[in-house]
Amino acid sequence: MLNQSTNQLINYTLHLADNALILGHRNSEWCGHGPVLEQDIAITNISLDLIGQARNFYQYAAELTNARPIRHTAVAGNGDVERSVTEDDFAYFRDSPGFKNILLVELPKGDWALTILRQVLFSAYQKKLFEKLKESKDVQIAAIAGKALKEITYHLRWSSEWVIRLGDGTEESHARIVKAIDELWGYTSEMFLPVEYELQMLNNGMGADVISLKETWMQNVKEVFDEAGLAVPSAQLIHKGGKIGKHSEYLDDILKELQSVARANPAAIW
Amino acid sequence: MVAANKISVDTIWRILKDIPDPEVPVLSVLDLGIVRDVIIHKDTAEVIITPTYSGCPAMDVIRVNIKMALLENGFKDVKITTILSPAWTTDWMSEEGKQKLKSYGIAPPNPVQQVCNKDLFAAQEAVQCPQCNSYHTHRISEFGSTACKALFQCDDCKEPFDYFKCH
Repeated sequence: MLNQSTNQLINYTLHLADNALILGHRNSEWCGHGPVLEQDIAITNISLDLIGQARNFYQYAAELTNARPIRHTAVAGNGDVERSVTEDDFAYFRDSPGFKNILLVELPKGDWALTILRQVLFSAYQKKLFEKLKESKDVQIAAIAGKALKEITYHLRWSSEWVIRLGDGTEESHARIVKAIDELWGYTSEMFLPVEYELQMLNNGMGADVISLKETWMQNVKEVFDEAGLAVPSAQLIHKGGKIGKHSEYLDDILKELQSVARANPAAIW
Repeated sequence: MVAANKISVDTIWRILKDIPDPEVPVLSVLDLGIVRDVIIHKDTAEVIITPTYSGCPAMDVIRVNIKMALLENGFKDVKITTILSPAWTTDWMSEEGKQKLKSYGIAPPNPVQQVCNKDLFAAQEAVQCPQCNSYHTHRISEFGSTACKALFQCDDCKEPFDYFKCH
């Protein structure tokens, strides 16, 4: 019984970590390619914050995994069950089905409009979620969320201002952000559709009720869209599955790049 | 034993005073406010630190540097513990640290936590130019050369400068 609830806590922690790592990696693809130097620095700084959050969650997942009485091969590709796991095992040695991030974060970075819009949609969600997790009964989840909140507030403000600039900018910028909304909207529902580990964490007071976050999230997004002269789309086809490891091919592309060095030289120390 | 522990704790705080932040070397780890506690257990010296930002890449280096400095000073069993709560804030930066930053050419954080103002396009905070002390400055970028800084420029002396942003 204890083991099962620890497993769910590990799954939940990995879900939070994977969201941050994969979006952090996507945003890092702008490094050296940003529209202007200042915004190149901005989006890569956001990457740094997200990857830092991911590391905090992975380190905690490793701690929980190592504390379990029986070590299973929780980490795919790692045959040595005697060795204790580290954050790197989760980031570099799991394959796509092991990742629990939402599909939204793995989509290609697209143009600046798409990247910026995704950041608003995700940061607004992360902010509402972490405000709840800050009160989690699990003290480490609460600490990581509390630490990240100030950074997230900054990300949300910066990206919201950009959506407004683009929406309320030129014909071209407006058209691009409208196209981005059209492409991403169907991926937003997954955030608010809980899977088993989320429900279990909610029941034991460690998680958050994601269904209830939707209303305040929508309110936040609507405020930004109103200011930008953009319309919230009507319901669309829902894309989901990422939380339970059913990913698009895009995640494989990220992992190929993200994991290549670590896998080519697993004994490397950095 | 209690007295010996007290001496060790004081010694460690003195050692920490000379360990610089690798990214802003004019500040010590104490100036930065990231050392939260020093504890002597039976045979172990424990230093408890907290990161400025979740992704601050300097933390790994800081951990190693603290450990090395204590080992060099004769402490045999050293443990560096990282805690995340309560979250670091620029309020913990020492006054001395703020002065050091300014003379180094980096504007120190304002006392008011402007980052918590989530209003979009909110009026920018008045940041004083560390070169000519003018308040006629403007923000060039909300993000700067490290996670903890934003980029500003002075409208009077025209110098661009880093601002250690409120957090």
